[in-house]
Amino acid sequence: MLELIDVSFKVSSDEGEKEILKNINLKIDDRFVAITGPNGGGKSTLAKVIAGIYPVTSGKIIFNGTDITNMSITDRAKLGISFAFQQPVRFKGLTVRDLITLASGKQISVSDACAYLSEVGLCARDYIDREINASLSGGELKRIEIAMIMARGTQLSVFDEPEAGIDLWSFNNLIRVFQKMHDQTNGSIMIISHQEKILDIADKIVVVANGEVKSYGKKDEILPELLHRQSAGFGCVKL
Amino acid sequence: MDTIQKSLLEKLTDLHDIPEGAYNIRANGSLGARNTTANIDIVSKQDKDGIDIIIKPNTKNESVHIPVIISKTGIDDLVYNDFYIGENADVTIVAGCGIHNTGDEKSSHDGIHTFHVGKNAKIKYVERHYGQGDGTGENIMNPKTVIEIDDGGYMEMETTQIKGIDSTERITEAKLGNEAKLVIRESLMTHGKQYAKTDFTVELNGENSSANVVSRSVAKDSSYQVFYSNIKGNNKCAGHTECDAIIMDDAKVCAIPEITANHIDASLIHEAAIGKIAGEQLMKLMTLGLTEQEAEEQIVNGFLK
Repeated sequence: MLELIDVSFKVSSDEGEKEILKNINLKIDDRFVAITGPNGGGKSTLAKVIAGIYPVTSGKIIFNGTDITNMSITDRAKLGISFAFQQPVRFKGLTVRDLITLASGKQISVSDACAYLSEVGLCARDYIDREINASLSGGELKRIEIAMIMARGTQLSVFDEPEAGIDLWSFNNLIRVFQKMHDQTNGSIMIISHQEKILDIADKIVVVANGEVKSYGKKDEILPELLHRQSAGFGCVKL
Repeated sequence: MDTIQKSLLEKLTDLHDIPEGAYNIRANGSLGARNTTANIDIVSKQDKDGIDIIIKPNTKNESVHIPVIISKTGIDDLVYNDFYIGENADVTIVAGCGIHNTGDEKSSHDGIHTFHVGKNAKIKYVERHYGQGDGTGENIMNPKTVIEIDDGGYMEMETTQIKGIDSTERITEAKLGNEAKLVIRESLMTHGKQYAKTDFTVELNGENSSANVVSRSVAKDSSYQVFYSNIKGNNKCAGHTECDAIIMDDAKVCAIPEITANHIDASLIHEAAIGKIAGEQLMKLMTLGLTEQEAEEQIVNGFLK
């Protein structure tokens, strides 16, 4: 479904060139893949490279047999890639209903739009006509962001730390949301996460650190190893 | 009415045909049609162009439509409309001007609307300005609104100008009595080489009077907008003015909010912000499958809604 071949991404700054992603090779065919690793290791950059927000410096990205390396964000979205931002964007004037309608790509009924909101634990009636502005909390925005991805229903859905900013009570519900997506989706889900509970529902786990894929394999193989390291001081040990 | 006039009327009033209730349609500088009701009278002025709209006290849930339609080139129209809203009335007034100018001469409509809002009366005033036509003639509108709200009165004014008007200077002056309240919402979009100036002056003279003036605008191409507002607190009162603008292309936007407190218990706030569309907003909508241009349209339409 998705293949990254020798993907590199460099940025230049005053201090010279920095390589954020180094020759990433990754083939993803499973329905639920979690990407984890230390902060600053390149996980979000990897997601943005897949969504087309960052152009690759070198390498190729193949999606369902199509070379999408030079495709725009829009074309990748149309082809079937969705991306949930780590920090959702606010829009003055646009309502929750507007964005869910745009996400679904067609005119949908109010009850359809509400169904997506209910899935992510928001009382639809209270939210459907709310503006996506500063009056919504970070946690509410994150859930609306997830509802938008559900409304799109594409082949590949990439979530950048969906749990960040969500309170503990909602977190357990969030796990249920992803479990349900896992059971029902016809496509693939890719989640960047630090949470053990999310890693635990994945089919496979990719560990990214220092811009490289450190390990990639079945959850049952990777997770025990990660937890073991965590108890030994995950943050200090160089993966 | 011909099809052009009907299309202008639809843009102005959301109505496909002659409105219900009281109305006065002015077409190409003269009276087109008029209807009065038991509670709402419309009388032509004798000394100059224009009408008096007299709404009886306690009139509830009635509406008045007074569209002005110009479908010829080279029309230069100036009208004086006076609204007398009786005590305890609760009505909606829809006014607006549509110009369809296919010629090469300028067409203009200048209107001076004066509102006398009686004690405890409540009115909603909707004003739309719309221009179209493929000629080189300019569409010019300079509406002036004068508002006097008596004790306990309430007025909500919604003014919209989306494209089509080449030059406009809109002046709004209001004076409020005790417990009177005024809410103004302005939506404005300019493009091409258009020029639009907005000038609000609100005098909060009465005790516990309040005003909220909110403007949202989008300036495209090389258009030029000036927003000026001054809220004067002359008594115990509350005033808020806000101007929020999206700037695009080579446009210029100038926002000058002013607040003046002449009383120790006057509480006044002004806010103004001008900025371009955030890159991440465009990007978010593009990840939903919209092109950059479609994303821009959605953001602008939502902002002005």
